Amino acid sequence: MAEEVVLLDLWVSPYAARVKIALAEKGIEYESKEEDLSNKSSLLLEMNPVYKKVPVLIHKGKPISESRIIVQYIDELWNHKSPLLPSDPYARAHARFWADFVDQKIQGTMYRLFEAASSESREAAEKELIEDFKVMEGELGKKPYFGGETFGFVDIAFIPSYRYYYGHETLGNFNLVEELPKLAAWVKRCLQRESVSKSLHDPNKVYEFISELRKKRGLE
Amino acid sequence: MAEEVILLDFWSSPFGMRVRIALAEKGVKYEYREEDLRNKSPLLLQMNPVHKKIPVLIHNGKPICESLIAVQYVDEVWKDKSPLLPSDPYLRAQARFWADFIDKKIYDIGRKIWTTKGDEQEAAKKEFIEALKLLEGELGNKPYFGGESMGYVDVALIPFYSWFYAYETCGNFSIEPECPVLIAWAKRCLQKESVSKSLPDPQKVYEFVLVLKKKFGIE
Repeated sequence: MAEEVVLLDLWVSPYAARVKIALAEKGIEYESKEEDLSNKSSLLLEMNPVYKKVPVLIHKGKPISESRIIVQYIDELWNHKSPLLPSDPYARAHARFWADFVDQKIQGTMYRLFEAASSESREAAEKELIEDFKVMEGELGKKPYFGGETFGFVDIAFIPSYRYYYGHETLGNFNLVEELPKLAAWVKRCLQRESVSKSLHDPNKVYEFISELRKKRGLE
Repeated sequence: MAEEVILLDFWSSPFGMRVRIALAEKGVKYEYREEDLRNKSPLLLQMNPVHKKIPVLIHNGKPICESLIAVQYVDEVWKDKSPLLPSDPYLRAQARFWADFIDKKIYDIGRKIWTTKGDEQEAAKKEFIEALKLLEGELGNKPYFGGESMGYVDVALIPFYSWFYAYETCGNFSIEPECPVLIAWAKRCLQKESVSKSLPDPQKVYEFVLVLKKKFGIE
């Protein structure tokens, strides 16, 4: 029943996109409730009192927060199809490590880039992000997906943020398509999956939104 | 085939302690190797090229990095004894949430307590107690976060208890009056050999912090 699964959502959030992709992969129907972060709903405050952030998955009235934790929950509960994590413990640890790298390192650098008020700090963050992306290009290697032959946890963790960055293809003077061809092919491959294409918004719209946000904060 | 388990670690690291406790809970024999973090071994750099940090668990030659990932790995491989994560997916998600909360809050705020002073230190102390109180709320009446026996969240948190004396002395405050239930929980955990043998003497941790403060020029 769709009303059993509710997602407290934000259209521009790559974290929320991860959850949407996972739910779509499993064929789970759900109700999406768009949050206004400048005016958080009482439901959000009740369901995620610790961080007051989205996404929050509410299943039969019980909340799960933090996108990577939500995706693992979805994978473990709805284990009838499309496993997102491998069954081998070492492969699982490997997948968790790289999903953690996306959050620990890449998201951190992206946040610094967003907050960059000077051209020096902007250039430093861009340089670091390029290095982070090169690491991912290396980790992907010849595999079709980060998990190997099948789309999985690391792909879900990385595709929203990378897609939204990739939307304008250059990072400073670094051309993402030319310099990181394996990741470029991987993006195309991911976008062919309905779960991904339906969960991600037009990257130009996302970019406009981020630019507006920076302007409002006096950063542009 | 004999299992070969090596742990690259540093004696005062709460993250390293988590893996020690998990291995002890499972009765896994392993080789403990102390790293000199100012002079990292070629093995460490080879096994954790991305972060170059400890702990690194090496099982039959293959590395597992990041303490909570290593603890989950230990739980899944040696699954016949002392399960650390619950079997119910919702309870597992809750356990992961609180372990992640501990990762996000306790280490960084604790670090601010001994590396700052004045208003910044006061703010850190306040935030630290608030985080501990939230954890106390999650513990509730249970003997352990895992319920009747120690679990994932207990393993994630208890190492930081060995740093409490250092935080309290540097910050000139006392945790027990604010969080008596949590301190009672910590003492309960310490009665387990897996914990008591994995945690260093808090006095030694404090002395180590004093050395670090001198080295970094922190008053």
